[in-house]
Amino acid sequence: MYVAVKGGEAAIANAHRLLADRRRGDRTVPALTLEQIAGQLSLAVDRVMAEGSLYDPDLAAMAVRQARGDLIEAIFLIRAYRTTLPRFAASQPIETGRMRIERRISATYKDLPGGQLLGPTFDYTHRLIDPEMAKDGDVAAAERRETAGDSHAPRVTDILGDEALIEGDGDRAGEAEPADLTRSPLGFPTGRDLRLQALARGDEGFLLALGYSTQRGYGRTHPFVGEVRIGFVDVEVELPEFGFAVTIGRVRVTECQMISQFTGSKEEPPQFTRGYGLVFGQSERKAMAMSLVDRALRADEFDEERRSPAQDEEFVLAHSDNIQATGFVEHLKLPHYVDFQAELELLRRMRREGDRPAEEGDETE
Amino acid sequence: MTGSLPAYNFAYLDEETKRMIRRAILKAVAIPGYQVPFASREMPMPYGWGTGGVQVTASIIGPDDVLKVIDQGSDDTTNAVSIRAFFANVANVAVTTKTAEATVIQTRHRIPETPLREGQTLVYQVPIPEPLRFLEPRETETRIMHALEEYGLMHVKLYEDIAKNGHIATTYAYPVKVEGRYVMDPSPIPKFDNPKMDDCPALQLFGAGREQRIYAIPPHTRIESLDFEDHPFRVQEFDRPCGLCGATGVYLDEIVTDDRGGRLYACSDTDYCEERRMAGHSGPAL
Repeated sequence: MYVAVKGGEAAIANAHRLLADRRRGDRTVPALTLEQIAGQLSLAVDRVMAEGSLYDPDLAAMAVRQARGDLIEAIFLIRAYRTTLPRFAASQPIETGRMRIERRISATYKDLPGGQLLGPTFDYTHRLIDPEMAKDGDVAAAERRETAGDSHAPRVTDILGDEALIEGDGDRAGEAEPADLTRSPLGFPTGRDLRLQALARGDEGFLLALGYSTQRGYGRTHPFVGEVRIGFVDVEVELPEFGFAVTIGRVRVTECQMISQFTGSKEEPPQFTRGYGLVFGQSERKAMAMSLVDRALRADEFDEERRSPAQDEEFVLAHSDNIQATGFVEHLKLPHYVDFQAELELLRRMRREGDRPAEEGDETE
Repeated sequence: MTGSLPAYNFAYLDEETKRMIRRAILKAVAIPGYQVPFASREMPMPYGWGTGGVQVTASIIGPDDVLKVIDQGSDDTTNAVSIRAFFANVANVAVTTKTAEATVIQTRHRIPETPLREGQTLVYQVPIPEPLRFLEPRETETRIMHALEEYGLMHVKLYEDIAKNGHIATTYAYPVKVEGRYVMDPSPIPKFDNPKMDDCPALQLFGAGREQRIYAIPPHTRIESLDFEDHPFRVQEFDRPCGLCGATGVYLDEIVTDDRGGRLYACSDTDYCEERRMAGHSGPAL
């Protein structure tokens, strides 16, 4: 009797032991190493770093392994660790114009300074399952290109900006630090810096669907991929004691500059507008989706009527975080029998009263 | 990239975060019933599973505290076990299941039957802190409604309930007015527990992690459940005693005992039930 709510402690311990067992799997098969995960499942590691908001490939690889390949669970592990770390400083804006480029493509110019560089892309592969993947065959080494000492590739938006055909890139408001939703609560309306932060950590699938919806008429923005670039950039931090910025490391990022429909007003000539996406690691799907949603969320700036989900910042920002979303959806499996009991009791009472013929002036409760 | 493996602080949160949360708690205590935004952190348990309560507890708990964690009134439900184990692990505090011995009680969906006393703190886990949320989905609107004390919409909702059902059809998370000012969501406790909040000698803190809000009821605060003169607030009544300890006037769980309609009604508050049975009480099911 009363077994249902007793013995929880032992049950949890046993369940977790079983989980650890299942995670490891067949003991006659060698365990995955972190090098294997970081090296051969690198896009999974990149996604965990991006949505976990922590650039640390080793830790992300550990999280992927611990989470049995469930990436949202891995992101969760990273987030729960990241949140305990002190925040020392805000870096200088990274200079993506000086990126060591691995891939860079533009859909708006056939050729352009710095060139088109396909890099390691799935684009144009035929999606046929390769029988070689069942074995561990030899893979030819990639060809390396010699780069000039300074491989400067100006951003497409700068090229358009020189002709004043695209809106400005905004100014950093003095020396003000960018907003940080991990250190102050989200309040509406938000600034673009905070929105971009939320989108950069937001769920890839959610942003993909929202970006897609803008292409299907729900907050249309007529986008062109000005460019997508992937590569390493230096991270610099200004040290007050020194009075200048020093490089503290480098990160791989994916940047997307979306060029969107033009606007004009009495004060300003018609010009293109911007949508921006920036993601840790290699993920152009996420960076492109982010840039579409960023542009859609700027509707007010261009006096566009906000009628679609992708244009509604409260809707987008309140639901883009997959750790919040998965937690609340999955909490429904927790016991609710106290509340359910309350509903059950009311329902029965209402049924009883329904069965009884109503009397004149009967005050029910 | 990392030189060393992760290590965690006492009670998991770093001290800067605890200070930030304590500031939010102080503000919440100073403005009873007002929802104070705070920079909620990711916790090692999922959102919706008590992260708000855990953050509040982590910020107020000290090495000398004695912690009790309940879910649905019980110390034995899986989530309560998990949270209690978490604090035993990261804060190494003493834990108990006895309401009277605890200094901090974290709860989901219930207030213990044993009256709380001065010096105790009851920490509620809150899923949706905004009592007006399902009447008005936008935070920007509801904050204005609170600021202007514009609670007409809530009364209209309760009135429509009565017009349609003859009852106020809210049975849990039943809205209250705090010290005559803010309308507050008491978290999804059954309305049976609402009267226990009124003039309570213990401090009551509410943490909503995913929604980033903390609010509070200081000791001995006036808490009124919303109602109408001709439809006064009434709590649930059970027409039988606890099957195990014979208690009356307590909240009962309905436990299905077989597939022939058999039911056992037993105290939702398992500690209260055990104490009574230890004291020699017994119910009709034994």
